[in-house]
Amino acid sequence: MLKTRIIPSLLLKDGRMVKSVQFADYRDVGHPVTTAKIYDAQRADELLFLDISASREDRKTFLDLVQTVAEECFMPLGVGGGITSVNEIRDLLKSGADKIVINTAAVENPELIQDAARRFGSSTIVVSIDVKKNPNGRDEVFIRGASEPTGLDPVVWAKQVEDLGAGEILLTSVDREGTMAGYDLPLLAGVVSKVSIPVIAHGGAGKLSDFKDAISAGASAVSAASIFHFTDQSPIKARKYLFDQGVNVRV
Amino acid sequence: MDNRIAVIDYGIGNLHSLKKALEFVGGEVLVTADPQDLRSAARIVLPGIGAFGEGMDNLRKSGMEEVLREEIIEQRKPFLGICLGLQLLADRSFEFGEHQGLGFIPGRVRKFDFKNSGAGELRVPHVGWNSLEKKFEHPLLSGVPNGANFYFVHSFHFVPEDNKFVLAIANYGYDFPAIIGYDNIFATQFHPEKSQKDGLRILENFISWNPKYAEN
Repeated sequence: MLKTRIIPSLLLKDGRMVKSVQFADYRDVGHPVTTAKIYDAQRADELLFLDISASREDRKTFLDLVQTVAEECFMPLGVGGGITSVNEIRDLLKSGADKIVINTAAVENPELIQDAARRFGSSTIVVSIDVKKNPNGRDEVFIRGASEPTGLDPVVWAKQVEDLGAGEILLTSVDREGTMAGYDLPLLAGVVSKVSIPVIAHGGAGKLSDFKDAISAGASAVSAASIFHFTDQSPIKARKYLFDQGVNVRV
Repeated sequence: MDNRIAVIDYGIGNLHSLKKALEFVGGEVLVTADPQDLRSAARIVLPGIGAFGEGMDNLRKSGMEEVLREEIIEQRKPFLGICLGLQLLADRSFEFGEHQGLGFIPGRVRKFDFKNSGAGELRVPHVGWNSLEKKFEHPLLSGVPNGANFYFVHSFHFVPEDNKFVLAIANYGYDFPAIIGYDNIFATQFHPEKSQKDGLRILENFISWNPKYAEN
């Protein structure tokens, strides 16, 4: 039986690990390699590294970091942040990434999804969709660190990225991100019902029951940061809780 | 024991993790795109992510296919295929059109199809940790408990002509081969290099594996 995955996410900025609230107010939360090793020891199912560094030099630091983690943690690594080309994807895969997460470039150049899926296989390409309520109260896809609206409807866009060859969707509620108020379940259920690729819920988990709720809403995996950084919850406790709730997890 | 391992680089994929994992368990690893390096290696690993057709094209163009046949089928060197490296052993695949494979194990490769499975429509790709059910005991599975979980990420799977080649299965909507092989050939649909402790165990077993041959 396939197990439901618990995926800690690590946000990197200028070579350091940070945590934000609604994509702002970045706080330093520790050393990424040390943290990755702890999650590995706790048998997290995957790790997700998202880099929001601005400069070229810091990109190089990020590549080095991916390489170091890949040398020490023999587990699946998803990597994203500012990726715009097939060449960058190849460099990251060579550095030890298993899955590549693309976001802004997917919206601005949807052919990238297609090219990358053809080249590296659909299951290597994860499209990240950042969703925010717009002033009309409707869900809308945002890009560039959630600073720029796109006019896209998340459900329509999700279907489109599936058709273009994406293998998974990382669905983030920007409004919930860092608030620990729970995942945006209606958004999640809406996307899950329209696509047949796995959807990873991201943004808002604050207590273990939030994981259960997202899985009940159809998430194939749950990703979170704050709950692991700022509470005494760990992937081990999350797994135990979900197992007791009847969710099929790795024990 | 000779632990010089050639890991075949045929264009794409995350070879860094595999190299590091094999070194971690004591292997001496050469990642190579040169077919001649397979001749001096004691063991051969065919990894791979990506599409079947492109993978096969790359093996052919580089001359790797011919040398693989000599070293694996004739010289009978211990061989480990991983993910696409398992699927390429088939006679043919139907990923983006029909393609001919290496043909080392009779069978074909097809996409997950749940029409007659009674499981409903499951999501594809099959991504994540899934448990193995051993069909045969095998030296490479020594120390790996039945039911252990491994990391899979794929949309296509092997369909063997004969179940005697299936060493272990996993279930996703229906049973599919998770490990296939015979004699000196062992191939996993999952990624041992990404499967933490149990995955490393398989790699460690591979390094000291001395294959026995079926009488024929």
